Amino acid sequence: MAETHKPPEQFTLRLRRFDPESGEAPYWDEHTIELEPHRSVLEGILQAKAAADGSIGIRCSCRAAICGSCGVRINGEPGLACHTHLDHARASAGADGVIEVEPMGNMPVIKDLIVDMDAVHWKKVQRVTPWLIAKQPVPEREYLVEKEAMVDITQSMACIQCGACVSDCLAMEVDPGFIGPAALAKAYRFVGDPRDDEQDVRLRDLAEDPQGIFDCTHCFKCVEACPKGVNPMGQIMRLRRIAIDDQKIVDKNNGQRHEATMVGLIKDYGLLHEAEMVPRSYGGNSWFGKFHPAAGKELLASLPVAIKGVLKGKINPKIAIFGHKIPAADLKNVQRIYDKVESRPERYELNLYITGYDEVDEETPVPVGTTATNGDDESPAAPDTEGSAA
Amino acid sequence: MPSHDVLIIGAGLAGQRAALAAAQTGASVAIMSKVHPVRSHSVAAAGGINAAISVDDDWHSHAYDTVKGSDFLGDQDAIEVMCSEAPHEVMHLEHIGVTFHRNEGGELDLRAFGGASMKRTAYVADITGQAILHVLYEQLMKHHETVTRYEEWFTTSLLQDDEGRCRGVVARDVRTGRMETFNAKNTILACGGAGQVYRPTTNALIVTGDGIAQAYRIGAPLMDMEMVQYHPTTLAENGILITEGARGEGAVLLNSEGERFMEKYAPNKMELASRDVVSRAEQTEILEGRGVGAERSGIWLDITKVPRKRTLEALREIVNIGKDFAGVDITREPIMIQPGQHYIMGGVKTDIDGATSIEGLYAAGEVACVSVHGGNRLGANSLLDTLIFGRRAGEHAAARSATMGMPKATDAQMREDVATIDAIIARPRTSRRVSEIKQELGDTMNQYVAVYRDEAGLAQALEIVKRLQEESKSAYIDDRGTVFNQDVLGALELGYMLDCAQATVVAAIERKESRGAQFRTDFPERNDAEWLKHIDISLNGSDPEVSYSPVTMTQWEPEERKY
Repeated sequence: MAETHKPPEQFTLRLRRFDPESGEAPYWDEHTIELEPHRSVLEGILQAKAAADGSIGIRCSCRAAICGSCGVRINGEPGLACHTHLDHARASAGADGVIEVEPMGNMPVIKDLIVDMDAVHWKKVQRVTPWLIAKQPVPEREYLVEKEAMVDITQSMACIQCGACVSDCLAMEVDPGFIGPAALAKAYRFVGDPRDDEQDVRLRDLAEDPQGIFDCTHCFKCVEACPKGVNPMGQIMRLRRIAIDDQKIVDKNNGQRHEATMVGLIKDYGLLHEAEMVPRSYGGNSWFGKFHPAAGKELLASLPVAIKGVLKGKINPKIAIFGHKIPAADLKNVQRIYDKVESRPERYELNLYITGYDEVDEETPVPVGTTATNGDDESPAAPDTEGSAA
Repeated sequence: MPSHDVLIIGAGLAGQRAALAAAQTGASVAIMSKVHPVRSHSVAAAGGINAAISVDDDWHSHAYDTVKGSDFLGDQDAIEVMCSEAPHEVMHLEHIGVTFHRNEGGELDLRAFGGASMKRTAYVADITGQAILHVLYEQLMKHHETVTRYEEWFTTSLLQDDEGRCRGVVARDVRTGRMETFNAKNTILACGGAGQVYRPTTNALIVTGDGIAQAYRIGAPLMDMEMVQYHPTTLAENGILITEGARGEGAVLLNSEGERFMEKYAPNKMELASRDVVSRAEQTEILEGRGVGAERSGIWLDITKVPRKRTLEALREIVNIGKDFAGVDITREPIMIQPGQHYIMGGVKTDIDGATSIEGLYAAGEVACVSVHGGNRLGANSLLDTLIFGRRAGEHAAARSATMGMPKATDAQMREDVATIDAIIARPRTSRRVSEIKQELGDTMNQYVAVYRDEAGLAQALEIVKRLQEESKSAYIDDRGTVFNQDVLGALELGYMLDCAQATVVAAIERKESRGAQFRTDFPERNDAEWLKHIDISLNGSDPEVSYSPVTMTQWEPEERKY
């Protein structure tokens, strides 16, 4: 039985401060506090605030990672201050061991660690029509729905709107108009809800918006950032899959066909067949794709690059045209991976709530909430990384 | 000057439900909260919401359990309203999108909870409060044209006209520091309890009794303030809550001898007796030297009895809490808990429509005392209370608004509040810090006004509270700014907390018996002959004044309470 009490230790916090009324630039402010090492960075900040400087600005309320108020960046990584242990934060700090706390990224700073979530996060949530459009007629009692369907969307419901994923979203950094991980995870909560009547309308809307589901660059930052295991990117990938497979919606950015081509070529050849990539992405995913007018246009456009590559010796024309060859046994092994992945049941397979435990050995660490940014030494569990499967 | 038919202060479950209900009638509605609505403390309610929706259940059974849980101090007319309307309310939540867990047949699944005679708690994993709060906020976003939201606005005063009627509020925009007067035909307080009066507490830092104190200051009586619930399972060092759902799923309590000690205290319901009973049993074990941990001040909660798969699906949040806040994997080993302050049954006295004794002022949720919880609230009845009485207050206030003209307040109160805030900011740094006083208050209440109480301790507490009230008048802060000056709001909150603490201590001294959450070691028996009545506390000048009101009985006579 665990005894959790360890003696208090000193920790130094370096807080990013900004006073909008002073006319001064942001600055760093250091405070040394004393607490047991497993207490949170938030408790450290609150101690500094209570004992030394009450003007330190940070939103906080529940202290238990449920209200979502205290999203910050700790040593550059986004997360909840109340959900990050002081000793873990010190371990991920720079050489001086000082814990750096800054406001979240991708949102304007109002004061100190407080950012304007209305201007970014909540505006994006509004964008996804964030309420149930209930199937009619409304039953007298509850809608009868599958048990798994409700558990499935509970993962999206578990989002506490803290903004940690928004803070770290690389796509949003480049394209501030991207709807973003939190709002799209929220969208899945409706698209996956069997009681919702407009799943097709929602999907078409989110798929056809150039800043919608196909704007995500698949970088996994939001998955790492989320303190609640919501796996926003996974939800985006589910939206994509339902849009493509069930609703037959075509991604206008061509990303989806590009991906399909890549997957198809590797299945057929074991290695990428570069010359086939462009025509198949644009003309259709088959050997005949290159005769499609769209493919011809695209091939023509890429000709200068190809010629330049050949002249500089970066492209071997023979391999480019005839493709790579790998031993037959290796190709067979590659194809066995495909068979295994493709034989899995879809949709629910990778939801934390549903299968977080099934595939895991009883003696391995619990695969729950392991995506926290608090320097947790458990690695993210396999079921949490749906996006890696095409 | 903004004017609304119905202005709701607080945007947790009670406030949001009131806003949606009032807007449905066509009234002009606004909802104001000192934090963003989804940060409200309702978000922390874990276990579920009670309703007799099962075909073999009956709301009378739910009502009886609630009456018994209240140790017969609850008003039975209000309890009948709450329990009979519960099934409809839960179905309404389901229809607007709450993702309640289902059984194999696709119907709402139900789990066991303390003090209940059968499984009647609907739930969303162990994030039920969060799920409902977020779904209500979805509805507020949907109805953004009919409900105005003032998010991050801190209410500083309730406005009162010469006839004593409530006419709106004065509030401060936290983000800019701007003060404004709001006219309202009817104002609904829905801003929660006062858990921060205690240290530790399961309650969030924002739960500072603002609404209770503001109503008290303009003359509304408070009721049942002595009834403070200690939750049986909170983390020892920081008071973080472990849901009763854990025991509902089969977890057990063990003392240092490894004994399942609830056998001695509640042989039938065991760990699922009502919360006052379980907390008292734990405290007795600790006081008699059978506590666990280095200081023998804890009890083991053993969740390993629950199948691991079920724990991961239905108690996921506390798996995380165990890991993150105590370093324990609850699926593999017991976790150390202790009773901790969790809820106040008391609050601003209202009728079954949420109306207080001040015309134009309503209250719903933890800020109010209807009284449906009496001496002790049952688990999973608080969400229900917020929603039923939030809705009723919203509907009633809207209906009343339709018959009235819009009041026109002057800025006199606002100027007074501006002066108060300026004076706090200007205080010299020669006295005590606000944070020091708050800490002493919390420690005092947790020492003397806790699970076990007696005359001497309560008298001591009253003396300390009075001294702290004096000290708070000169307590200083650091922040001199206007943008997000959380420091100055903290000073105002301290004043609210001290008022609530005083009312609680005075009522606890007054009640010379043991009932529900009030256990007086000097009066260890329940005494129906003298004390089957509510204690009301009103402000008379600057001092609390005690009076009594009768308990409403409809169909259940008081009887001995056994679990």
